[in-house]
Formats: sequence, structure tokens, C-alpha cells
Amino acid sequence: MNTTGKVTGIIANLITVEVNGPVAQNEICYIKLGDTRLMAEVIKVNGKSASVQVYESTRGVKKGNDVEFMGHMLEATLAPGLLSSNYDGLQNNLATMTGVFLTKGEYTSPIDMEKQWEFTPIAKPGDKVVAADWLGEVKEGWLPHKIMVPFNFKGDYTVKSVAKAGSYKVTETIAVVTDENGEEHNVTMIQKWPVKVAIGGYKEKPRPYKIMETGVRCIDTLNPMAEGGTGFIPGPFGCGKTVLQHAIAKQGEADVIIMAACGERANEVVEIFAEFPELIDARTGRSLMERTTIICNTSNMPVAAREASVYTAMTIGEYYRAMGLKVLLLADSTSRWAQALREMSNRMEELPGADAFPVDLPAIISNFYARAGIVTLNNGQTGSVTFIGTVSPAGGNLKEPVTESTKKAARCFYALNQSRADRKRYPAVDPIDSYSKYLDYPEIAEYLNKTVDSKWVENVNKAKNLILRGKEAYEQINILGDDGVPMEYHMRYWKSELIDFIILQQDAFDSIDCSTPMDRQEFMLKKVLEVCDTPVEFENFEECGAFYKNIINIMRQMNYSVYKSADFEKYLEQLNKAINHDN
Amino acid sequence: MTTKAFQRIYTQLEAITKATVALKAQGVSNDELATVDGRLAQVVKIKGDLVTLQVFSGTEGIPTDSEVIFFGEPPALNVSEQLAGRFFNAYGDPIDNGPRVEGEKRYIGGPSVNPYRRKQPSQLIPTGIAGIDLNNTLVSGQKIPFFANPDQPYNQVMANVALRADVDKIILGGMGLTNDDYLYFKQMFENAGALNKIISFVNTTEQPPVERLLIPDMALTAAEYFAVDKNEKVLVLLTDMTLYADALSIVSNRMDQIPSKDSMPGSLYSDLAKIYEKAVQLPDGGSITIIAVTTLNDGDITHAIPDNTGYITEGQLFLRTDSDTGKVIIDPFRSLSRLKQLVIGKQTREDHGQVMNTGVRLFADAANAKTKLENGFDLSDYDLRCLDYAKDYSTKLLAIDVNIKIDQMLDTAWELFGKYFKPEELSIKQNLVDKYWKGNN
Repeated sequence: MNTTGKVTGIIANLITVEVNGPVAQNEICYIKLGDTRLMAEVIKVNGKSASVQVYESTRGVKKGNDVEFMGHMLEATLAPGLLSSNYDGLQNNLATMTGVFLTKGEYTSPIDMEKQWEFTPIAKPGDKVVAADWLGEVKEGWLPHKIMVPFNFKGDYTVKSVAKAGSYKVTETIAVVTDENGEEHNVTMIQKWPVKVAIGGYKEKPRPYKIMETGVRCIDTLNPMAEGGTGFIPGPFGCGKTVLQHAIAKQGEADVIIMAACGERANEVVEIFAEFPELIDARTGRSLMERTTIICNTSNMPVAAREASVYTAMTIGEYYRAMGLKVLLLADSTSRWAQALREMSNRMEELPGADAFPVDLPAIISNFYARAGIVTLNNGQTGSVTFIGTVSPAGGNLKEPVTESTKKAARCFYALNQSRADRKRYPAVDPIDSYSKYLDYPEIAEYLNKTVDSKWVENVNKAKNLILRGKEAYEQINILGDDGVPMEYHMRYWKSELIDFIILQQDAFDSIDCSTPMDRQEFMLKKVLEVCDTPVEFENFEECGAFYKNIINIMRQMNYSVYKSADFEKYLEQLNKAINHDN
Repeated sequence: MTTKAFQRIYTQLEAITKATVALKAQGVSNDELATVDGRLAQVVKIKGDLVTLQVFSGTEGIPTDSEVIFFGEPPALNVSEQLAGRFFNAYGDPIDNGPRVEGEKRYIGGPSVNPYRRKQPSQLIPTGIAGIDLNNTLVSGQKIPFFANPDQPYNQVMANVALRADVDKIILGGMGLTNDDYLYFKQMFENAGALNKIISFVNTTEQPPVERLLIPDMALTAAEYFAVDKNEKVLVLLTDMTLYADALSIVSNRMDQIPSKDSMPGSLYSDLAKIYEKAVQLPDGGSITIIAVTTLNDGDITHAIPDNTGYITEGQLFLRTDSDTGKVIIDPFRSLSRLKQLVIGKQTREDHGQVMNTGVRLFADAANAKTKLENGFDLSDYDLRCLDYAKDYSTKLLAIDVNIKIDQMLDTAWELFGKYFKPEELSIKQNLVDKYWKGNN
């Protein structure tokens, strides 16, 4: 029999329960409020008293209300049909909920249990299998969705039978496997997994060795993201975190996109709901929504479910990774999750750490980031979860606990800069403060030089150096005045402006400029460096400024034109003329 | 609020602080209302038999043997068409000497709209103010605050915007309004002949601060009635949200919560989000748009209140006095409307996006030139042109006293570009330059 209990205390969404039996940390329970059942999670146990955080409004809860414990942690349901679904943080399907308003205690199934899937077997009777090995597959949209030996099967199994190719519901048995003791286990297409535990079942997790293209120049060219890598985007409000993340989601070179909208604006999610089904993935020619799962726990939805939302998202990501797919996981914003932890820690009257955040915040964040990665599966294939989170630093100050903790955990840092945003230089990624540690990985450098261009890494570093020198020159010009510095300084400044305007700045709302494939990035970077390398002489600094402004204008027109189109070639010719004319 | 026969009555308080009282009571539910010595209070904490109540009007003079009556339900508002044209206090009681409103009783602070049922906001709200329409276009279903120092005319600008906007209802939530400002709003609405579409919930500086906590929920419950039940376009004005947040910090302090940044409660973000996220475009055509005011301390937006607000709202309109022209302007650098991309170039002219960006970029160049000038350096010809442009741009477009149509704003911008710059200095797409350029070359 399950443990039950009675409510003894209530402060906002923290409820204390007097229990009559064993309870586990993080166990799920339901508080009965008339006909309504409110879901909650155990976060502390002290003797017979369990503190639970409720995933709903606690309005109307009374001392003495009954509580029923479920004997398991918060679990994600994993099965075909996750893609193109829209879930709340607890994986309730938002689309099947009735009514315009979210009703307290309304929980909907994440998976359509009636839908038929075309199953094709992969394993044969007699095959030796372990957890996460592939038994068969169904087509989910255009993706091969593998049906695996459930992750919670421990030890070795032998396949006894596999269902024939045909249509099945997720709940039907598609394989029978026998364990070491000869006991038979039925396998269906659906399984559950506790979200706070990482899904294993792979052979190894090597260092990332490939890059993941995003079509965003300031990332791909200057600070590339690795497939299976981690990165974060901190920035004050209004600097374009969300626009940048949406651009990555739309253009990211991934099979599966999982977006966790954690404690952010509902209209941003609505934008995804409205736009993604219309947008076509350039690589597959299919609707973007087909490869996307949205986990949406907006800022006005229950605070406790924010934490659940990022873990649910990660668990779904790991599930698809185990199928040998490239998953891109985006969370906006992890600061809201940290704030949810803070609210709860505060109500539990724990001793606070910096800025009243719980003291184990850095550990929680780094454990979470560690779940990303590229893995080699048991069958030798690879799958990956690439994770990019945003951080919303209080007051735009990067020396706050969430940013600092994340900096220790993530390998790429895309710092959004207020002054760049103020000057409408979008994306406002600071070219000097930002970094990608992957650029220092020899395997990544080798990959880039092989796939993009043999001098790529060298050119990227050259461009970075020019930006840095340009900034120094600009500071000198500001201190000493236009006339107080040698012409060389003006040229340095304008070369960095050229890189800024042509490579770094990108119009996310222009249909052509919004996404730049790698070959085009390579072409433009080479062209920009060619301009920088062209020796030019100027009479005065105004002539210098005019020269580069003209070049910037021409190259911007190139950015707005279809690559290698007649317009593009026309501007290219103008550009070549402009360089040679003044030569 | 009338008392009913079956209500339980207690007469022994265990503890009293400036904002809360605690007593032993049975069968009390979280969030329910009560009266303590005749004053309205709400359950905020239950620990065993000990119930903590937040007394909205403060606890001055409350004796330990006060009569406490529990209502068994959370705060509510009667909603019906009768709300239109009326003035209420924080409890939803009329303050205009009119009769009580009859209608369906709705609990305030109700559930959120399922994000999946929301529609994408898409209807432009023209205000005539170029600093808003041109650079920071508003869209129905948006939530956006004015960030302003206390000495700036934010309430006037907000009233102007409200009266020019094409909406069915305007709901004013006044928190800590000075009596003068309250009367100003009343007069403005009356003069505009718009009183019958306006509903006001007002807490003035003369009334206790904790009462303010009810105002946004009252205003938004009324808004949801008109937007959801009647499919109307509703504009909600909330002023001043800084005073609302101050009231939150008072209560959390009295409840011994550990304060986070700027002595605000750690839940400030969620508390504010619950209010602002009521802004919505509904599937059946109704919408709630929220325009709020967050007053700043000397322009400091890093303070916890504006900072958290900025992360929640869809942009902000930053009022600033331009020292070069003496005009109050909508600061183009710090202001932002996140939803503007949904209407710019779609419901406005094709050149809107690029004209907007270029206009602001040149204004930024002028700011750089000004810095150079202040540092005693010679200015280039371009710098000088930027400075002249900035004065014109500030007066003709950014100033809050501008009232023109959007096409006129765009034409004005092209005139200024043509007057001071060459086409290649604009970095605007060539086909737009060909079509709209108003200069000589």
C-alpha cells in the first residue's frame, strides 16, 4: 500500500505533510482538494514530516487535506509522438487540454495512446541485447524513431521474439526479451524514466570533435559550437537573447530540437507555435515543427514546475540521442530555474548562499550541463545532445551567482553586450569577451580546416586579432582625438568596424541575411580579410573613414543578396573595383 | 463584504506585526479572506493550527482580542457590464457614490491562459507618438512599462496613449497615486468623453500601502471579463508598479523572509510575471494589453524592480529629458518594443524597419560625436552633420509631444536623412533608397 499523509502547514506552494509510512526524496505525491488532485514533489523529509513543493496554486488547501504518495520520482514518458508536441513542465500535453485557461489539477497524457505507428523490426530472435539497444523503429515524421530495450532493464537480455513489420499502438508489445534468469519481459514502444537521472546506455562519451552549424556568423565563424557541446548566452534584458536562441533553433544543424521555455514570456512560445509549423528546414525540406518538441513553463505558470521543465527537456533529449540522432537542446532561461530554487530554499528557511540563492546552486547547474555530450552508442553509431542555455543576470551584472556558476560548467560563452544592443548592433554578442573553448581543441581545429578551408582557423584568429586591435585603436582615438593618433590607428579601427558590420552583425529578420551557410561564411571572411590586407594610403582620417564606409555599404548589400546571384556578383565587382581603385 | 451566518468567529490573536496577525484556527484554507477587527485580511501561511493573516490596511490599533471572521473564500470581484464607467477602491467597492455592482462573482488572481490557446499578437496600436510608433511600435496583447524618473510626466503620456488607442475598454489600476494624479486621470477621461469605457481601481497615497497588492488582480479580473467573456479589446494601465513592489517587500519582510537583491522578496520575478503575463491575445478576438509605469531612482535600471520588470515585459519605454533640445523624449537606445517586428513592415510601410534602425544608429553616432566634443576634440564633417541631425530627430520624432501618422514619421525620417547625409552613409537596402530617398544625390 502506498504511503499517505495529511497536510499540516502551507506557505505559498510549500506544503508540509505528516506521513504514515516511508517516503523518498523527490517522490511524487498528490494532495486531494475535493475532486482535484494537486501534484507535488518531496523536497525534504524530517521525521514524520515531509516538505513538498506543489506544482500548482495552493489556493484553497486546508490543514488536514489528504495526501497520497506515488512511490516514484517525477518521470518523463518516452515514446513515438514526442516530436511536434507542446508540453508544460510536467509533460502534460497543452494541446489536448480543454478550455482557454489552465485548470488546476488537469493532467493530460503526453503521448497519443491510440495512434498507430508503422513498425519495422531491427533485432532478431536470439540477439543479445542490453538497455538502450535498438529492437526496431517507427517513422516519426521523417525521423527513424528507434524502439529500444527500456533504459531501466539491468543486465543482459536475449531477444525471444520481435513483432512483425506492421501497425501498432505504443502500448502493444513489440518484442519479448529474456533475462539472465530466463524470465520473459514484454517490451512496448513506451517507457518511463525519472527526469533527474541521466539516461546512460552508451559505450563512451568522447570529447566533441565536430562543430554544429547555426547559420549565425558570430557563432559559427568566431566562436563555434561543437556537436554535443555546451554553451550559454548571458545578457541583460533587451539584448536579444531570445531572438538569438530562436535563430539557433530555426537554423541549427540538428535532427531534433527541444526548446524549454522556462519561466519566460508566453508570447515568445506563441511565436514558436505560430512560426515553426510554417518554417521549412532547409536541409530536409520538412516543416520545422516536425523535428521540434516544446516544453513550456512560462513565467506565470507554477514556479515549482520550472525546475521540472528543464529536466524533462534534457531527458527527452537523451532519449533521442540514444537513437543515434543529433539533438539540440535550448533552455530559456536557466536563471528562472535558479530563482525557483531560491524561492523554495527561502520558504524552507535554509541558510542562503550568495544573493539568497541556495548554496548548492553551482553543483546543480554543473550536473545539468554535464548531461549534454556526444556519445558512441553500443552499436558504434553516435548521437549527441548539444545544450545552449540563456542566463538572465540580475541588473545585467555578469558577476552574479547564476552566471558565475554557469561559466564554470559551459564551454562556450556568448556574452551579450548592452552597449552593442543600444547601438542596434545585433546579434549583440561581444566579440572580445565571448569565447568557444572548442576552438582550442585540436580535433575541432583539424575538423574545421578539413571541412571548411585549410586556413580557416588561422583566418578566424586573424579576424579576432583585428577586432581586438581595432578596439584598442578606438580607445586611443577617443583619448587622443582624431588628429592625435597616427593614420594607422584609424585604419585599424575601421578594419574592425568592417568585420563588425559584415561578419558580426546579422539581420535576424531578413530572409537572406538571417542564416549564412558555412561556405558563404568562409567566402565573406576571406573577402573581408582581403580588404584588410589590401595596402591603402589616405591623406587624412576622413578619407579613411569614407573609404571603409563605402566598402561596408557594398558588402552589406552582398549580405542582403542571394549568394552568388547576379546582384551578389554585381556588388562583388563593385567591391573589387573599390579596393583596386584606391590601390 | 457581508458576513454570513455559518462563519466561524475567533477572538484570540497570538501575534501581531505591522502587516500581519496570527491566531489559532481550524478548517482555514490557504488564500481565503477574513476580517480582523473589521479590517480585510488574507491567509498567507498555515502552520499546524496557527494561521497567519496579512491585514491589508495595516494593524495599527488592532487589539489581541479582536474579532476574526473567516469568509471561506479568496478575494473576489463582481463582474458585469455595470463595471463600465465606475471607480472602485482596492477591494472592488465603489468610491464614486454609485451603487454596488451586481454580477457574477469571480475570484481574483485566477488561472493563466494555456499558452497553446494564445494567439500571436498582430494588431498595431497607433499612439501618434513617433518615439513609440516609429521606433517601439506597440501591439495589442503586449505588456510594456514606461521607465521614468518620478519627475517625468509619465502619467500624462500614459493617459494620452490610452485615449488615442483604439480599444473597447480602458482599465486603470492606480497604486499609490497621489490624489492630484487620481483627479487628473478622472478629469482627462471625463474631458475625452470616454468615461463609459473606463473602469478604475484606485489606491491613493492616503490609503494603506498593503492594499495596493489587490489592485492589479482586481483590474485584471475585470479585464479578463471583458476580453474573455465579451471578446473586447482591453487596455490595462498600471501605475506605479514600483510602489506595488515596495508593498510586496513590506509584507515579505513582516513574514521574516530572507530578502534578495535590493531588499526585495526572492519571488519578485514570479510575483510581477503573474500580473504582466495576463496580457494576452485571445483566440476569439479579445485581448488584454498592459501599459504600466515603473518609476526609477535616478534612471537606475539595474535596481531589482525595473530589472525584473524588463525581463518580464515585452520591452520598455524609457522617458528621458534630452538636454540638447529640452524635450522629454522616448529614449531610442534604452527603449524597446519586443513585439514590434510582428507589425513593422507588415502593417506599416516596407521601409519602416530599416528607417527605424538607421535613424537610431545615426542618433548614436551623434552621441559619440557629442562625447568627442565634450572631451575637447575637433569634430569631423560627419560628426557635425550627425549633431545637427540629432537635434532635428529629437524634436521632430522622439519628443513625446509629437502626434502624427506613421507614414508621416517615415517621410520625416527620410527628409532628415536627405538633409544631412549621403545615401551610402545610411547602409539601407538599395531598392528602398531608390524609392524613398529625399535628398539631392
